[in-house]
Amino acid sequence: MLILSPRFDKRRVSEGEILATDSFEPRIVGFLCNWCSYAGADNAGLGRLKYPENIRIVRVRCSGRVAPDLVLRTFQEGADGVMVLGCHFGDCHYVSGNYRTAKRIPMLRKLLEVFGIEPERLRLEWVSASEGQRFAEVVTEFTETIRRLGPLDLHPKRSTIPASGATSETRENAVHA
Amino acid sequence: MMDAGRHPNIELLTYSEVVGMEGFVGNFRVRIRRKPRFVDTDLCTGCGLCVEACVLKNRIPAEFEVGMGKRGAAYIPFPQAVPLKAVIDAEHCLYLKRGKCSQKCVKACERGAIQFDQTEEIIEVQVGTVILATGTDMYDMKDLPQYGYGIYPNVLDSLQFERLCSAAGPTGGQVLLADGRVPESIAFLHCIGSRDEHTNRYCSRLCCMHTLKLAHLALEKTHARVYEFYIDIRSGGKRYEEFYERVQEEGVIFIRGKASEVLPEDGKLVVKAEDTLLGRLVSVPVDMVVLALGMTPSKGTVEVARIFGVSRSDDGYFMEAHPKLRPVDTNTDGIFVAGCCQAPKDIPDTVAQASAAAAKAMALMTRGQVMEDPVVAEVIPERCVGCGECVLSCPYKAITLMEGKAVVNSALCKGCGTCVGTCLGHAIIGHQFTHDAILMEVRGLLHEPEQVRASV
Repeated sequence: MLILSPRFDKRRVSEGEILATDSFEPRIVGFLCNWCSYAGADNAGLGRLKYPENIRIVRVRCSGRVAPDLVLRTFQEGADGVMVLGCHFGDCHYVSGNYRTAKRIPMLRKLLEVFGIEPERLRLEWVSASEGQRFAEVVTEFTETIRRLGPLDLHPKRSTIPASGATSETRENAVHA
Repeated sequence: MMDAGRHPNIELLTYSEVVGMEGFVGNFRVRIRRKPRFVDTDLCTGCGLCVEACVLKNRIPAEFEVGMGKRGAAYIPFPQAVPLKAVIDAEHCLYLKRGKCSQKCVKACERGAIQFDQTEEIIEVQVGTVILATGTDMYDMKDLPQYGYGIYPNVLDSLQFERLCSAAGPTGGQVLLADGRVPESIAFLHCIGSRDEHTNRYCSRLCCMHTLKLAHLALEKTHARVYEFYIDIRSGGKRYEEFYERVQEEGVIFIRGKASEVLPEDGKLVVKAEDTLLGRLVSVPVDMVVLALGMTPSKGTVEVARIFGVSRSDDGYFMEAHPKLRPVDTNTDGIFVAGCCQAPKDIPDTVAQASAAAAKAMALMTRGQVMEDPVVAEVIPERCVGCGECVLSCPYKAITLMEGKAVVNSALCKGCGTCVGTCLGHAIIGHQFTHDAILMEVRGLLHEPEQVRASV
């Protein structure tokens, strides 16, 4: 039996509609690069800094790993907001991955409206390994932004993205595809 | 140096520089430019007759004498040079530059070793590992005219003072002023070009001990009053502090305050500083000023880093893989660093690092195999359309197009996943960080427990 924290809202699901309650808690997924932003988040923890618990962190090696379709699928899986955090220019552990991210994510933001998603729900920030304070600030501010925007109204049945994972890429599947 | 020159398993390529490199650990192909000496090293015995005969003898500033002595166009760099062979400086040689010279060197050589028709050649060698030990240069004083370096004749740098002290040097080991008199007072100035946000922030580590040695020699060779203007005396090392105590007892006058400028007055050089222990400004007139110049990465460091794909720290030195645990490795497998090219250090530490780098290289090569990080990218050829976007995106040039399909060199791949994020057709797998794995992670993180959904 799961013990529910009173801070988590109870979403009412009826006839495929998701309604916001007064105590809407944003569900945010953050893609953090291993060497800078993830270490920065760790740094925030070391410093016992407080920031909202809404963010769920996914570690990737480099922010350049974050492909646009991954971000879209993340929204589809139920995220209300997505953050991509990487290294400052010149500091990328893999030299130039963050330059790719710097072009991709802003371009994706422009396309989000086509999918019925407010562009503000996607945020790109640069956080270094020592910037625990900045990590906490950025996450806090983004959480409030999403709280204002409300839950993302994107039901799998309504979206234009296929719900099933049609892009599985293990070698066996590819051969049989 | 001689041991290295004579060792049967060591091939010394002097008067050469690396111009390019390809490959990866175990399979490096290095291109080297060999500059012509214009001397056949198989015939030359290093007898020095051509050096004596050269028409430009004593006309060209000698690099080894740090501007304190001169050489000719045909010269041997220094008496202990390895290999001990003559070389002809193409920048100055009259025959090579203008085609007009009596060629006394050719006539003097009893073995016919001088060959003006030698040309530059580029060779390629295949090696399994690389050790970078490209050393250091001294701070360029053009930014600091206030110390009078290059302006007043009796302002020297520490290496120039070394030449004065050397029995094989321009003065036969005597410490003399430019006009030949023996100085009655000498000031050594620490930290010129170090520990300063206007020059280099870091400490150059060895100059305190080096300057103590020079001050000690100055007392031995002259009866001068010797001053040292210092910020701190850094003498952490075996027996180093004991040497500092000894130099203090020998009578060097230590003034705790970095010198701010050197000005000429009444035939002397006046060193200005704040004596912080006395809390007073001081002006000390001396006959000779010796500057302990800070260290900088050597001139070719930027180019070497580019050729070998090695990162540099923000102070310009080669970046070690980990400052404590892997001080001689770089982030590129198979390439190691040793000595001052990694950070300022003195001889014992350099030798220790060199031994470490050699040991690491040996361990790698005797194993004969490398363990690869499993976090690498791999292309699914059936899905690849050969657009080449991944090739462009890779920071390590680990992907190439072969017969219309992308291929990842897993030895060069660092697993960053940039190519995976780039490929629109999901034709590249990022092992350990696949699209499916990340998506499952996202799904799990966003999962709403059933009980919540059900409580309508």
